[in-house]
Amino acid sequence: MPHELLGAAARAEGFRLPEPGEYGVAMLFLPRDEELRAACEEAFGRAVAARGHDLLGWRTVPVDGDALGRIAREQEPVIRQAFIGRRSGDALGGSGDPNAFERALYVTRKAVERALVAAGARIPEDAYVVSLSSRTLIYKGLLLAWQLPRYFPDLMDTRMRSALALVHQRFSTNTLPEWNLAQPFRYLAHNGEINTLQGNANWMRAREALLGGGAFDGPGDVDLLKPIVRAGASDSACFDNVLELLIQGGRSLPHAIMMMIPEAWERDPRMSAALRGFYEYHAMLMEPWDGPASIAFTDGRTIGATLDRNGLRPSRYVVTKNGLVVMASEVGVLDLPASHIVRKGRLQPGRLFVADLAEHRILGDAEVKEAIATSKPYTRWVDEQKVRLEELPAPEEARKPGRDNLIRLERLFGYTREDETVFLTPMARTGKEPIGAMGDDTPLAVLSRRPRLLYDSFKQHFAQVSNPPIDAIREELVTSLVTMVGAEGDLLDETPEQAHLLELPHPILTNSQLAKLREVESGSFRSITLPALWTPPDGPDGPDGADGAPSAVEVLEAAVEELCRRAEAAVRDGRTVLILSDRLSLGQSEAGTPGGVERAALAPIPALLATEAGTPGGVERAALAPIPALLATGAVHHHLIRAGLRKRCGLVVESGEPRESHHFALLLGYGAHAVNPYLVFDILVEMVDDCRLRDPEDPAGPDRSSGAIDYTTARDNYIRAASKSLLKVLSKMGISTLQSYHGAQIFEAIGLDRELVARYFTGTPSNLGGAGLEAIAEASLHRHRSAHPERYAPPPRLDSGGEYAWRAEGEEHVWTPLAIAYLQKAVREDDAQAYARFADAVAEADGRRLTLRGLLAFKDGRRPVPLEEVEPEEAILARFKTGAMSLGSISAETHETLAIAMNRLGGRSNTGEGGEDERRFTPDASGDSRRSSIKQVASGRFGVTATYLANADEIQIKMAQGAKPGEGGQLPGPKVSVEIAAVRHSTPGVGLISPPPHHDIYSIEDLAQLIFDLKNANPRARINVKLVARAGVGTIAAGVAKGHADVVLIAGDSGGTGASPWSSIKHAGIPWEIGLAETHQVLVDTGLRSRIVVETDGGLKTGRDVVVAALLGAEEFGFSTAPLISLGCIYLRKCHLNTCSVGIATQRSELRKKFAGRPEHVERYFRFIAREVRELMAGLGFRNLDEMIGRADRLEAFAGDGGLPGQGPETLDLSPLLASRRKELAPTDLYCTIPQHHGLDGQLDHELIRMALPAIEDGLPVTGELPIRNAHRTVGTMLSHEIVRRHGSAGLPPGTIHFRFRGSAGQSFGAFLARGVRLDLQGDANDYLGKGLSGGELVLYPPPEAGFVAEENIIAGNVSFYGATGGAAYLRGMAGERFCVRNSGLSAVVEGVGDHGCEYMTGGRVVVLGAIGRNFAAGMSGGIAYVLADAAGHQSREDAARLVNPEMVELETLGEESEIEEIRQMIAAHRERTGSTVAAGVLDEWTQAVPRFLKVMPVDYKEALATGSAHREE
Amino acid sequence: MGKPTGFLEYARRGIPARPRDERKADWREVYTGRPAGEVATQGARCMDCGIPFCQSPAGCPLGNLIPEWNDLVYRGDWREAIDRLHATNNFPEITGRVCPAPCEEACTLNVNEDPVSIKLLERSIADRAFAEKWVVPRPARTRTGRRVAVVGSGPAGMAGAQQLARGGHDVTLFERADRIGGLLRYGIPDFKMDKGVLDRRAEQMEAEGVTLRTGCHVGVDVPARELVDGFDAVLLACGCEEPRDLPIEGRELAGVHFALDFLIQQNRRLAGDVIDPAEEILATGKRVVVLGGGDTGSDCVGTSLRQGAASVLNLELLPKPPETRGPQPPWPWWPDKLITSHAHEEGGVRRWSVMTKRFLGDGDRESASGGRLRGLEAVEVAWGRDPETGRPVMQEEIEETRFTLECDLVIFALGYVHPVREGLLAQLETQGLHLTGRGHVATGRAWQTSLDKVFCAGDMTRGQSLVVHAIADGRRAARAVDEYLMGASELPAGPARDLPDMLAGGG
Repeated sequence: MPHELLGAAARAEGFRLPEPGEYGVAMLFLPRDEELRAACEEAFGRAVAARGHDLLGWRTVPVDGDALGRIAREQEPVIRQAFIGRRSGDALGGSGDPNAFERALYVTRKAVERALVAAGARIPEDAYVVSLSSRTLIYKGLLLAWQLPRYFPDLMDTRMRSALALVHQRFSTNTLPEWNLAQPFRYLAHNGEINTLQGNANWMRAREALLGGGAFDGPGDVDLLKPIVRAGASDSACFDNVLELLIQGGRSLPHAIMMMIPEAWERDPRMSAALRGFYEYHAMLMEPWDGPASIAFTDGRTIGATLDRNGLRPSRYVVTKNGLVVMASEVGVLDLPASHIVRKGRLQPGRLFVADLAEHRILGDAEVKEAIATSKPYTRWVDEQKVRLEELPAPEEARKPGRDNLIRLERLFGYTREDETVFLTPMARTGKEPIGAMGDDTPLAVLSRRPRLLYDSFKQHFAQVSNPPIDAIREELVTSLVTMVGAEGDLLDETPEQAHLLELPHPILTNSQLAKLREVESGSFRSITLPALWTPPDGPDGPDGADGAPSAVEVLEAAVEELCRRAEAAVRDGRTVLILSDRLSLGQSEAGTPGGVERAALAPIPALLATEAGTPGGVERAALAPIPALLATGAVHHHLIRAGLRKRCGLVVESGEPRESHHFALLLGYGAHAVNPYLVFDILVEMVDDCRLRDPEDPAGPDRSSGAIDYTTARDNYIRAASKSLLKVLSKMGISTLQSYHGAQIFEAIGLDRELVARYFTGTPSNLGGAGLEAIAEASLHRHRSAHPERYAPPPRLDSGGEYAWRAEGEEHVWTPLAIAYLQKAVREDDAQAYARFADAVAEADGRRLTLRGLLAFKDGRRPVPLEEVEPEEAILARFKTGAMSLGSISAETHETLAIAMNRLGGRSNTGEGGEDERRFTPDASGDSRRSSIKQVASGRFGVTATYLANADEIQIKMAQGAKPGEGGQLPGPKVSVEIAAVRHSTPGVGLISPPPHHDIYSIEDLAQLIFDLKNANPRARINVKLVARAGVGTIAAGVAKGHADVVLIAGDSGGTGASPWSSIKHAGIPWEIGLAETHQVLVDTGLRSRIVVETDGGLKTGRDVVVAALLGAEEFGFSTAPLISLGCIYLRKCHLNTCSVGIATQRSELRKKFAGRPEHVERYFRFIAREVRELMAGLGFRNLDEMIGRADRLEAFAGDGGLPGQGPETLDLSPLLASRRKELAPTDLYCTIPQHHGLDGQLDHELIRMALPAIEDGLPVTGELPIRNAHRTVGTMLSHEIVRRHGSAGLPPGTIHFRFRGSAGQSFGAFLARGVRLDLQGDANDYLGKGLSGGELVLYPPPEAGFVAEENIIAGNVSFYGATGGAAYLRGMAGERFCVRNSGLSAVVEGVGDHGCEYMTGGRVVVLGAIGRNFAAGMSGGIAYVLADAAGHQSREDAARLVNPEMVELETLGEESEIEEIRQMIAAHRERTGSTVAAGVLDEWTQAVPRFLKVMPVDYKEALATGSAHREE
Repeated sequence: MGKPTGFLEYARRGIPARPRDERKADWREVYTGRPAGEVATQGARCMDCGIPFCQSPAGCPLGNLIPEWNDLVYRGDWREAIDRLHATNNFPEITGRVCPAPCEEACTLNVNEDPVSIKLLERSIADRAFAEKWVVPRPARTRTGRRVAVVGSGPAGMAGAQQLARGGHDVTLFERADRIGGLLRYGIPDFKMDKGVLDRRAEQMEAEGVTLRTGCHVGVDVPARELVDGFDAVLLACGCEEPRDLPIEGRELAGVHFALDFLIQQNRRLAGDVIDPAEEILATGKRVVVLGGGDTGSDCVGTSLRQGAASVLNLELLPKPPETRGPQPPWPWWPDKLITSHAHEEGGVRRWSVMTKRFLGDGDRESASGGRLRGLEAVEVAWGRDPETGRPVMQEEIEETRFTLECDLVIFALGYVHPVREGLLAQLETQGLHLTGRGHVATGRAWQTSLDKVFCAGDMTRGQSLVVHAIADGRRAARAVDEYLMGASELPAGPARDLPDMLAGGG
């Protein structure tokens, strides 16, 4: 607290402040309206007084409004400080509680907030308590960093003194800017995103009911604190709210942080027992707040920072001789002489860094954590109290799965044959999730005429840009599927009993595991089974109350209400495990058992008992139908939350309905702790009995049981597959643990009635409204009738389905046999009539309503114009693109044919992720060009070199893909031909992994950085960022626009893929219509629309699609599947199997020969579209396309009727799509009219290029020396562009250009550095050093005068050499996380690396003369790493070996002479260039050193090298 | 599903025919089966397409779940295979014998490879199912008490009757002949289909509650009115049996016959019926000319050869189609290409672009028939193509090609123009039944005729067509009748849409 300044200010206002610590300061944003402000201030004073404090006085904080921007000024509040005296009862120290005053101020603040609301102010819009503390004081606002000191003259006052300062500035993306949402909050500044916010907030609300007094003055004070989390606040604000509660409730700041952001303790064998016990105990108190987070926190006494378990945000610090500690997201923020620095470090994943201002010292992670972990016997508490499922006694009789009456049950739960063949069979056979190809062209569930399951109306959310997805496979160590069941305790307490919970190892329970839970009688655990059943009305049509009888929907609704009522009663009765069950035979075997159903409880369902009485086997239960399990779960979960009971019980679902990971994800996401999919197990029994799980490659011989597997294997495989797939659903949102995902509701509803959602799935977005409970009842009835046909003998088999492959009587598809036949006829014969028939077929002209655009009709508005006046075909063709399909996913023939066609048309083709053969950069003799003008940059960075980028007209950053947003990809070894390996810089036959995230994009700032990097790599190319539609994509797109992208692509969920899990193809992402409309609207509202081109793709097929997209806001259009069909694709959907029989999606030479496509086919297709567009434009009265963009007012919803009652187009509210933003805007604000300003002018490279001209032009050697600062980003990249533009990838001879820099380099130093350039950096570098290094050389070493030991300190940040394809690097010091991630050709020497080193590496050599971090070599399929171990001061060989992820690599010792020599030379070069004493030491004792190297060798790579197929490897 | 690389590993093997000389010497089925293992590898060739064109309207009017049973056979699960085959097709053993298999033409492998042997698989599954006694009656759970008359027991009537019985209705199937099957029984020669397949279906249908009233000619033995009054619904499925005539000079000569008369006699003969010698039409020792190059013509050629004809000449008016698929119509539509049936392989001569001008008699104008046939005169015609539609257009007779030849028997296999009008139709017309301009029974979307209660299915309403269409129509009409009677129906009925006509020019 800056007492000197405040004291003077108080004196000026006419009052005196007591001693420091004796008063608190409230920093307040108050309304500008004077009347309201007066009311607020009066209310403030009264509330403070009521709490027993003295209000010492007020002060208006001086500000300079001229420092503000436009939006900030419009919202500027009046900022005042109020001074509050300490109550005499609040101890200050000594024997009393030193935190009593702070705690009192916390309660007072909450009381004040209530008083302000009572006074008529809205919080936080009108009035907001920025801070109220005796220790900290927050100055913040809607300000950029440079505006802050100007706006608040206080901050420039020399009397403003503090032992600490916490400053935060960031690029706000996920929320629209507001004053009160500016960072920091009361205890923290947060760089990141809490992905699980919705769940965390829900759980906090549920916990409030359990809060006792804690350290507070009784329950009365605690009641004042509620709600703890303010609804609608940002993730940082919510986090701060809870952190505050925990701290004021009595825990220390680091303790509370460790609870909320636990490190990845679950799989860390090195962790101490005490610390593990701490985490295990606290996992039972609170789920992790999951997501990428770099949090700096302070309570005025300690200050510190931490990173989440994934460590995806950078934090670097330096410590100086005179005790200054500077931590920032980058190094080089303050100029500090190297000689003063004693330590340079970085924050590591899950680690704490704390400075204790009272003790004047830095506390290390281990020290802080061990002290807290041993403060209570947490380990003992857990050991004594926690119950593990496997420890429970096995019940006498678990329900054996069986095949009785199976078909009928399957029909009852809506199974089709595809559920068995597409999902269960591969899952049970291989333990892997099923893979499919191409896009989803089936209707949204609400538009389907088939009874779809409720799950189909929910779409999974996924991470893009503002937070990264994670890689649950390669980075498994951060993941966990453990859940805890039971009654939670009081968060403000710390008692052994709070550990009295039941731990489930994974959420998918077998029948015997469920039986254990059902019969649990251990400690406080008591279970009850509640029937989730209803009795559908009789009759084939379920007469809708024709004779006064309740309708189906009424009966269902009553049944759901009854279920909720019983759940509530059961919890009040002390039941701690609720099992919601749709077993039809309920009440029979369980009746009388302790956890079983009590007959009395079933009374309200008389039909249940009536039918059960008669039939012993539980077979004929025609009277009962299951309540859809998701409906039952969501209803009970939210009912219990509202009743304040949710935290007092576990919720388990026993249901025949769920079978795929999406179902499990939804049930868990809406509150279930665990699920027993009993019908799946029944089916598996039958499959095993019928030998249906045999190896498919084992031809059907006389003995059908050969190659069969047994039931237990099948069941365990299924659970494994479902768990893995579930983990993928979590990780695509960037969530690591099921505990965080549980109840987090990371979905949006498409086509569900808003009221229904508000009631049963509270808090879930459902932007278009849609089908209600009536449709759910109807679908349920339909399934029920199908299981129990009244007249017909039930069919002996299941229906086909037709979701995953077209079926004559199955689900509708946009791509039909006739549509394909007509399109191919049209383009082969240039037959306009056939095109018209195709267009009619896919435009749903036949009354089918499958897509949102199919529900939109053109509205009259302008007078039609003559066709001649419409802009020419060529102008429209220039807006067309083909989609990003990599060479690898499609054949070279197809890839090149598309490129030739698009180049002839003046449109653009896209390389996809996978590079491009440089020969294609030169036109053919015929004049045709096979060069793709769009070069894609995806997470694998395959083939992304300086030359590749230089040969682009547009560079596309793929943030997500419609078919599988949030996921990476994998090109299996057999598809990696010599040709493909060459362009991808990898080894033939060795599989390639694209990680889920871009490892240089963990935040929007990072994306801006990559945009900047790519712009440097090719200043002439447009930068395009590809996003996938989801709720909130508009805000992300605005961030992309602010990040200076030239184009933003909104891809729809129906886009295709060469291979993706079916669950992703089907259930992630939303239609482009919604995402595009939202994007356009947000960009217009924020004034950014004119700065960026908006593109859309995902299932576009016709001119009509183009016109609808333009009216919704797009100016460019991408097509993929339709051009492939023009080239002969017949929608086999076998792309992932490499067996495409028409030579398109295959690399097999014998199949590629069958490719019969010609560029003319694609040309004709696009010309047909362009003609159709022109005709439609003429009819709509538009002369050029620009006029049309965003004219959603020219669209209206078709009047249509649906299929099933309560469902169909008429239930949707399309107005959110059609909101027009035209009013009061110049037309030029509605589409891109202003080029982005990329800020390349100030680049250091202009100077470098000038200096290097003799080298670039004449090949003469050039040297130079320059200072560098961290504001100098992406240095050397534009220079490289100039080199490869002239010299191609051969570049210049090594060492031709040699620049030396001194200082701290900004991010992306040496990105895409070309061959022939060497950059030496004396100092240190930030993240992304040498990104995409393309043959250049980077040398880093500390200044000679440095006051620290080089090899023990950090010289480079995270993610160095990401996607490097060649060159050399020498780092005299340690690098951060993910060193050499996806390296495919660089040789590097470094003296220590952080976690995940050499991840996904496919080539090159890495020598680590120091320690490695965890998960080294994860996903590494090529190249070799050498780690020096066992030497003095180094890790032991065993320690190092334990840190290597063994999945794909073997550990060896150096063997061959040539290899030993190669390593020696690398180390010698390192010594020579950096003066490394470590290298010198190794070389001096070389023979002893050789056996100490741990050689990390990818298995496949070794094999490929051995078979000689790696001959191309450089 | 399937074996992803199956089509790369195994060559197509179709349905094998018995050796020519052997089969020519008897009336037993020409085609045989293959061992289960071979059929399985043929199933493995199926690619389990994302869009199986084979079961699209271009491939199979029934919407047969072809990829599913292909896969099941590959995996050896014949039991489920027959269930899935029966899910869309009441009589796969029939289509497995007589269907020209448009599914194979529409097979995606047929784009650039030999298609999957779908017909082999269908037939193999059906035959195995009967051999294993898996084909059992599937009676309804409850009876509705509604009475339905189905008139005509050809493929449409059989399918319709079976479906309606399974829906719980009391179905009476009327057939004027002594055995059910209609054209299936008496139009198709035994060497194409052994008639035992019909008898076992008749048994199954009776067990499912269908009352078979054979030998009852509605419109003759029973007035049509009685049916309409006595039943809750009537489904007409009497086929399209009025043959196309060629009214040229000499038409009346003895020895000029319609194909059906010829074929029915032979089928009856083989069934053990005694044919009145005065009515007998026999090719034995005769010089036979079959007019019409379609399936019926081929059946007449095969029958004539087996009867011991001295020679067989098959004349076709249309030009000779190309040996392989031409550019129009493109895949997946039914191709315009030369089809050489087993009968054509067995003997006889085929000529195309020939127009018969007149028949020549022996001059015995005194006889009742106006004389006996001795020969005919014909001429070759030149064909062009309509540039718009791509259809062949006759241009001129080429005078210099005019020729005469001697023959003793001429069989008209020129197709069928409309249903037989006299009797049933004529009676219903008086009550308001509408016919189309071409003489077929007019039906609306729900297979309903202009008369209340009265429905119509198959060739009788659509005109001469394939057996597979008749079965499909029978199923669809059964569903329509069920809906009419009960207000709702869940009887499976197959895809509602037929393939739109797709000839050149997108017309």
